[in-house]
Amino acid sequence: MPEKLKVELVTAEGRVLSEEADFVVVPGKDGELGILPHHISLLTPLKPGEVKVVNDGNEEFLFVSGGFVEVLPNRVVILADAAERAEEIDEARALEARQRAQAMLADNRSGDAVAALERAVFRLHVTEIRRRRPTRSGPKN
Amino acid sequence: MASLLDLRRRIKSVKNTQKITKAMELVAAAKMRRAQERLLAARPYADEIAGVTEELMRRSSGHRHPLLQVREVRRRCLIVITADRGLAGALNSNTIRLALREMNSTPDIPCSVVSVGRKGRDSLRRMGKQFVADVSSYGDRPTLGELLPAMRVAMQEYTRGEVDRVDVVYSQFASAGRQEATVQCLLPIAIPEVASGPAVDFEYEPEARDVIDALLPRYVEAQVYRAVLENIASEQAARMLAMHSASDNASDLIADLTLTANKVRQATITTELMEVVAGSAAG
Repeated sequence: MPEKLKVELVTAEGRVLSEEADFVVVPGKDGELGILPHHISLLTPLKPGEVKVVNDGNEEFLFVSGGFVEVLPNRVVILADAAERAEEIDEARALEARQRAQAMLADNRSGDAVAALERAVFRLHVTEIRRRRPTRSGPKN
Repeated sequence: MASLLDLRRRIKSVKNTQKITKAMELVAAAKMRRAQERLLAARPYADEIAGVTEELMRRSSGHRHPLLQVREVRRRCLIVITADRGLAGALNSNTIRLALREMNSTPDIPCSVVSVGRKGRDSLRRMGKQFVADVSSYGDRPTLGELLPAMRVAMQEYTRGEVDRVDVVYSQFASAGRQEATVQCLLPIAIPEVASGPAVDFEYEPEARDVIDALLPRYVEAQVYRAVLENIASEQAARMLAMHSASDNASDLIADLTLTANKVRQATITTELMEVVAGSAAG
């Protein structure tokens, strides 16, 4: 049996995910990071994007709007700023946020507005993936 | 002596009040349980952040992040966390009193306030304190995002040098029967010394100091968030207790009033009987 990674995704509000995986992809600040078991210990910030957890051929996507990943040889801890299950993402809200962010961008190109837009876009993106390819529903926590 | 009708009316009104206080007690008990669960749920994140931060600080002592700078205290800031609603015993007034004592302990140093919660905001505003930010009406289940503005403002004030020290005042949840108003120093960040566990040789990407820059604000946020969650648990516990004793008092009052009402009723009957007897004797 191949070795597995223990993946944990925690936010300030609680633990969102805690399960075994073969392979994890996280949106690192400097680009996507694929993590397999026995990865070197690593600590790096994340940018808004999707986390992909692969286990026995099943793929699960989660959205993070930033945070950190702590990689230990057989454990990956994602300290997410806000993690939501993709099906929980309210598409209308994301769209609204995007419009708001765009309106803000129009008069002021501030860093906050750019980040808000980035988040909104990624939320929509993950929702689309969900719709195209329904995967198994995650374990109930 | 009050008339029988008045007494009956009062009994009825006290009974109605008792119904409300009993209901509030039950609601507070349920909410307290949920608040405790949320407090537990927030723990893994806070522990991980604290663990990683401590680990990092031990390795890169050379880097001085603005949030770590210790300066001479010329101006202070207090984050005052209170409930949005009253009817929670002495909870809010204890917190506010502690906040005032904290301010008065250094009378020469100007102190600004970041209020979280309506009760603290209202009474401190009446006293003419200087506010820099306010987050109120956060409800029973605030997300970190809702509370973030308060923390951001406090950290900005600190990094800009507007204030040289930030403390949080809140009600610590010791148990369902005990809540204590507490002051905790938030900035400059004091990393607690921990017995070093098995040291992990982390790789940092892009660099250790970039990771620290991103990590420290979240460390502070997690601390304030926990304080707010504790305060909510305390609020519900205090309300539960306050409403319980209010219901008890209502029971006592009802018993008292009922006794008086019965006495009045009997006295009336006795008087009427005497009149009848006197009347028939005369006739």
